[in-house]
This record gives sequence, structure tokens and C-alpha cells, in this order.
Amino acid sequence: MGNTSAHGENYLNHEKGLWSWLTTVDHKRIGLMYMITVMTFFFIGGIMALLLRLELFAPNTVQGVGQVLKNGDIYNQVLTYHGAIMVFMVIVPGIPAILGNFFLPIHLGAKDVAFPKINLLSWYCFMAGAALAIATFFTHKIDTGWTFYTPYSIRTGTATVLMVLGAFIMGMSSVLTGLNFIVTVHKLRAPGMTMHRMPLFVWALYSTAILQMLATPVLAITLLLLAAEKIFGVGIFDPALGGDPVLFQHFFWFYSHPAVYIMILPAMGIVSELISTFSRKVIFGYTAIAYSSLGIAAVSFFVWGHHMFVSGQSATAGIIFSFITMLVGVPTAIKMFNWVATLYKGSISFESPMLYALGFLFLFAIGGVTGIMLAVLPIDVHFHDTYFVVAHFHYVMVGGTLMALMGGFYYWFPKMFGKMFNESLARLSFVFIFIGFNVTFFPQFVLGAMGMPRRYFDYIPAYENLNKISTVGSWLILTGFLIGLYTIVQGIRKGEKAPMNPWGAKTLEWQTSSPPPHFNFDVEPVVTAGPYEYR
Amino acid sequence: MSTDNTHGGTHTAHVSHHFKDATQEYDSGKQGIWLFMVTEILMFGAILVGYGIFHVLYPAMFAEGAKELDWKLGFINTLVLIFSSFTMAISIQLIQRNKTKQAAIALATTILCGAIFMVIKYFEWTHKFHLGFYPGRYLDLAKTGAEHANLGMYFGFYFCMTGLHGLHVLIGMGLIAWLLIRTIRGDFHSQYWIPVEGVGIFWHIVDLIWIFLFPLLYLVG
Ligand code: HEM
Ligand SMILES: [Cu+2]
Repeated sequence: MGNTSAHGENYLNHEKGLWSWLTTVDHKRIGLMYMITVMTFFFIGGIMALLLRLELFAPNTVQGVGQVLKNGDIYNQVLTYHGAIMVFMVIVPGIPAILGNFFLPIHLGAKDVAFPKINLLSWYCFMAGAALAIATFFTHKIDTGWTFYTPYSIRTGTATVLMVLGAFIMGMSSVLTGLNFIVTVHKLRAPGMTMHRMPLFVWALYSTAILQMLATPVLAITLLLLAAEKIFGVGIFDPALGGDPVLFQHFFWFYSHPAVYIMILPAMGIVSELISTFSRKVIFGYTAIAYSSLGIAAVSFFVWGHHMFVSGQSATAGIIFSFITMLVGVPTAIKMFNWVATLYKGSISFESPMLYALGFLFLFAIGGVTGIMLAVLPIDVHFHDTYFVVAHFHYVMVGGTLMALMGGFYYWFPKMFGKMFNESLARLSFVFIFIGFNVTFFPQFVLGAMGMPRRYFDYIPAYENLNKISTVGSWLILTGFLIGLYTIVQGIRKGEKAPMNPWGAKTLEWQTSSPPPHFNFDVEPVVTAGPYEYR
Repeated sequence: MSTDNTHGGTHTAHVSHHFKDATQEYDSGKQGIWLFMVTEILMFGAILVGYGIFHVLYPAMFAEGAKELDWKLGFINTLVLIFSSFTMAISIQLIQRNKTKQAAIALATTILCGAIFMVIKYFEWTHKFHLGFYPGRYLDLAKTGAEHANLGMYFGFYFCMTGLHGLHVLIGMGLIAWLLIRTIRGDFHSQYWIPVEGVGIFWHIVDLIWIFLFPLLYLVG
């Protein structure tokens, strides 16, 4: 099956020139285009994060470093762009649009996604939406925070409308990608590729796609109504006109909570792949992991109220939401236990992708447990809008999703580019990111418990030491990412030629040449076994 | 390769390279359009939920607003759209039987119905503006003599919902115009009509949404 392509032709050299990329309908090339754009946005959002941390290095009474961002308004703007860029342009599209686009069809033994042109269209939507959102930075900067809460967002003179339209268009991109994935999974599987033989990464993407389809439209209309509120004053969210700002929060979180799982489910999929491959074992509890993804997706729709424990919703609602939120822990724990059971007595090898997977397990466990803590009503009332929450969601989004994205990226790098990267450099990068991450964000749990509020650009002296540690951590992360970037560029330019299956994995993408030919396989694969038949 | 294009018959079906055969392409396309419709319904669903909530909160105000709408015009528009759904469905039937010319007429009629709908909407809207019924904070309380201070919210809903729906009608008309051109060009026939069916489903859903909006806005209250 799948011998190396005849004349060394592959998807990278199949056609040449920038134009052939901008008009391509090849899912692999579209995946790479997403990779470049998302990495760029990550860089921009990252610089903003560093600025925020720099501002918080010292209280504002300290001349110079304590006043990097001049005043609270500018801090709020940078905070908003950091949050909005990282959420809407990095973490939500990240794994599905880059690695999902590239590998979902190959994992299924298909030649492409079901609708290649729509796939390209969704990249253009993404770019257009991102351009609109970033354009606000050059007109009237927006300072609402990425959640756009009313009534502030309709009062503030900033570019809410443009930003919100940008997010709307990016949402369309997300819907189109999800739609494409669902139909591809349903209709384009190779002969013998039953649903229960799909790699767990595909299962995760499939669950994510369902979430994207069901949750995003609600955000879309919410954002449109917000824009209408701002332009025409329609009165739905504006208390001065009889409207209800808490309704905005309900609508917003009805999307944005499931969106948290749009961010984390694909990461869990990657981790399943990595853990199985690098412990050389059949994944423990395949079906449990597969269906727990669907379970998480289902439950995630009923928990949005935990963002509003202190917003004035009724006590009964609070109690119900608190209880349902804890239920999410069940399918999540199922996954966790299955991964650990897979590791148990496996022949584990600590290649860099695996380091990221283990990093994920560790950091996501902390993020998850603190999430359960926040689900407890009285605890949330205490911790609400403190740095405890900031630490929690960074542990989930950065420690969880970003770790998995990086792990997946190193794992599939040889397949995508046909080159190997420098393993020691990759490990070094991981060590910096991992340590830096904990140095940055662990103190924030303590700060939050001490009562330091989030979204403030200054603090009392009692918080100073921990904030200093946290800021130093952010420089370690930066160092780690710079090493990582160097590793990647170096690998693409000078790396050794990658074999077909450098890690000895069993899923389909390793049965075709590196990089894959234009149509993924020279001969259509026929699947006769599950994805992890190691012993 | 196992995916050679080997279909017999005079009309070689148009199958993209990544599909095995026309059936697979057809099934995928159909599933895709239906999934997309789910998102449309959810989008309108959310705004309907908002409408429902405020309806419960301010029943008297909503009643006052609904009184100002002309249910007769709304009713005519409902009939027009139902008829257009019918002509749309007919056009697919005709294409499947290779009656290209009649199909083109049916499609043109559908567009015409859409246009009638929009013209009536236009007169309704401008009439409302004329009387001072602007959305939200722009509502002219003095001119309209509104009893409820936040009557503007009702019209906020009215203009948002009908506006969003109207936008969909316009998009639908554009798509059907595109189908019409392709039909005249002879792109569709008994072996290939996926785009016609896709747009058709879109058009039916847009009609269906109106069938929800009409009673909620014009009749209830
Ligand atoms: C992919 C990675 C990241 C994501 C998705 C992310 C996301 C977010 C979000 C959503 C917020 C909240 C904004 C708000 O409350 O309005 C935030 C705030 C913040 N982030 Fe990040 N972030 C990421 C990486 C980082 C990194 C690497 C750092 C530091 C080195 C960082 C530092 C901060 C800081 C200081 C705040 C402000 C917290 C506050 O004042 O409430 N972030 N981030
Ligand atoms: Cu949540």
C-alpha cells in the first residue's frame, strides 16, 4: 500500500507559485495556510500578553516599568485584543483548521474534504473577519474585553460594531469548517473505515464540528443584535430602553461555553493519538474516549449559567447550573483515566510530541480541577473575576489546547513537510514553555485567592512579589516559543528527509509518503483493522 | 485507481475528483445543505427566544406594537412566499424530466415572487418610518402617541427579524438568478441537479421562517 510517489511529486510541489496557494482547494495546503495565519495571530496576541504582564510587573507607583501602558484605558484595549485574538483567531480555529484540515481526510482514507471550495471559502472568511477585527485597532480601539458585555459595549465610543462583525464572519468560517468535517466523516470514509475504526482525533473533531454547528449560530445572532443595538438602539440588551443586559450574557455564554469545548475537544483528540503511539499500546477504552467526546459536547450546552453566578440570575438557576457543570467532569475524567491506563505498562518513549502530551495531562488536570472548584457556587462567588479565574482558563487553554496543538504539530511535522526537526531543540523548547507556563500562571491562583481582581492594570503592594514572578515566567515562555520557532524553520529548511512512518504509528496518514501526494494516497486504502493495533 | 469515472449514459454526470460517484456527491451535497439549514434555524431560533421572553415580560407593550402592523399585507406576503416555494419545487421536478425551458420559467416566477415580497416589505417599512415607528431609542414617542415608553423595543424586534429575513430573501433571489442562468445554459438535466435542490431547500427554509415570523409578529398579541 501507498509506496512513495513515482516522481517525488507531492502536494507541496504539485503546483507552484503564490497564486496556486491562494486558489488551492487541497485540504493540506489550506491547512498550511491556516497554520501560517494562525501563527501570525498568535505572535500578535503574544506580544500583547507580554505587554500586559510587563505592565503588571510593578505597581503603577513605580516609575518606568510600572507604567508601560500609560493608563488603564490602554491596558483595557490591549487586554481586549489579547483576549479576542487568542480566542477567536488562535485557539478556536487552531487545531481543527490546521491539523484537522490536514489530517481528517487522510485519517479517513479520503482524497479531500467533502466540499473543497467551501473549505477555501472558510479560510477567506477567516481572513476577512480577522482583518475587520484587527482594523478596529487602527480606528477606534475597542476596550470591552473579548466578551463584549452590554451595556458597556453599547455605551463605549469604540469600534464595537466592526469588531463584532469581524467575529461574526469568523464564526461563519468556523461553521463552514464544521459542516465540511461532519459531511466528510459521514460520506467520505474509505472502504472498511467504519465509524469505530476512526482515529480518536477524528472522533474529537467530529464532536467539535457538531458543537460548532449548534453553538455558533447563537453567537452569530447575538453579535448581530449587539451591532444593531449599537447602531439603531433596538432596545433588546439596553436597560435604558427596557432591555435586559443579562439576556446578552445568557446568549453569549450559550455559545461561548460550548466554545470552550470547541477549544479543548480537538486537543483531547490529539492527546489520544500521541499517548497511544508513544506508549506503543492499543488505546485503553477506545469507545469510552470516543463517546465521552460526544458526551462532553452534549453536556456543555447546559452549563452556560456558571458564568453568571453573580449576575443576578435566580439562586435556583445558580444551583442547577452548578450541579450540571460538575457533570462535565464525568466524561472528562473518563478520558483522563483511559489515557493513564494506556500509559500503564506501555513502552513509553519521550519524544518531543509525547512530552507535550504529558504536559497536557499535567496542566489540564490542574485546569480541570480548578474548573470544578469554580463550579461550586460559594467558591465562585468568592473567586469570581479574580486572578484565580485567569489562572484557571490559561491552564485549560494554554496548558491544555496549546500544549496539544504543539504536540500534534511536532508529531505530524515530518508528514506535513517531509523533513525531520531537531529533537533536542524541540525538547529544550518544551522545557522552557512548560516551566515558564507554571511560573507564569501558578502564582495567579494564589493571587486570585488573595483577592487580586482581574482586568485591573494596577494592584496594591501586597500582590507585588507574585506578580513579579508571573511576569518573569512570561519571558521564559517567550524564550521557549522562540526556540520552537527556530526549530521549525530550521527543520523545514535543513531537516533530514523524513521516512514514511518515523514514529511507528498505525493510523492511515503514516501509510502514505511524506509529504503526501496531491490526492493523499497513490492507491485508495482499504481498511481492515482499528487505528491502534499495536499488539 | 478505484475511482475512474465510469458512468454510462449520454449525460456524463459532473462528479468532482474526490467523489467516487454521482450518488456519493449527491448525498454529500444534500447533507451539507441540510446541516447549513440547521444553523439558519438556530440563528432565527435564538432571536425568537428573545422575542418570546420579552413578550412574556411586556405583554401589553407587544400587543400595542402588533396592533400597528398591517396583517393583510403580511398575509399577502405569506401567500406569495408559499406560492414561490411551490414554483421552486416544480422547477426541480421539471429539470429532473429534462424540461429545461419550463424549469426556467418556474425559476423566473420564483424570483418574481421574491421581488413582490420585497416590494411589499419596502412599503410596509417606509410606512412605519413615515408614522414615526423607528426601532428602539429612535421611536418617535410624540408622533406615534405610544402608550408604552419602550414600544421601540417591539419595533426593534420587528425590524431586526424582518430585516434579517428580508436579507435572506434577497440572497435567495440572487442564488435562484444564478440557477436560472445555469439552467438556460443547460448545466442541469436529469442526471445532475444538486445546486437546484440545494438552493431549493434554502428557499423553503426561508419561507418556513416567514411562516413563523408572520403570526408571531402580526397576529399574536
Ligand atoms: C493561546 C494562549 C492564550 C490565550 C487563549 C489567552 C486568553 C486570554 C483571555 C481570554 C484573557 C481574558 C481577557 C479578558 O478577561 O477580557 C486573557 C487575559 C490575559 N492573558 Fe492570556 N491568553 C493566552 C496566552 C497568554 C500568555 C502566554 C500570557 C502571558 C505570558 C497571557 C497573559 C494574560 C494576561 C496578563 C491577561 C490579563 C488578565 C486580566 O487582567 O484579567 N496570556 N488571556
Ligand atoms: Cu463555561
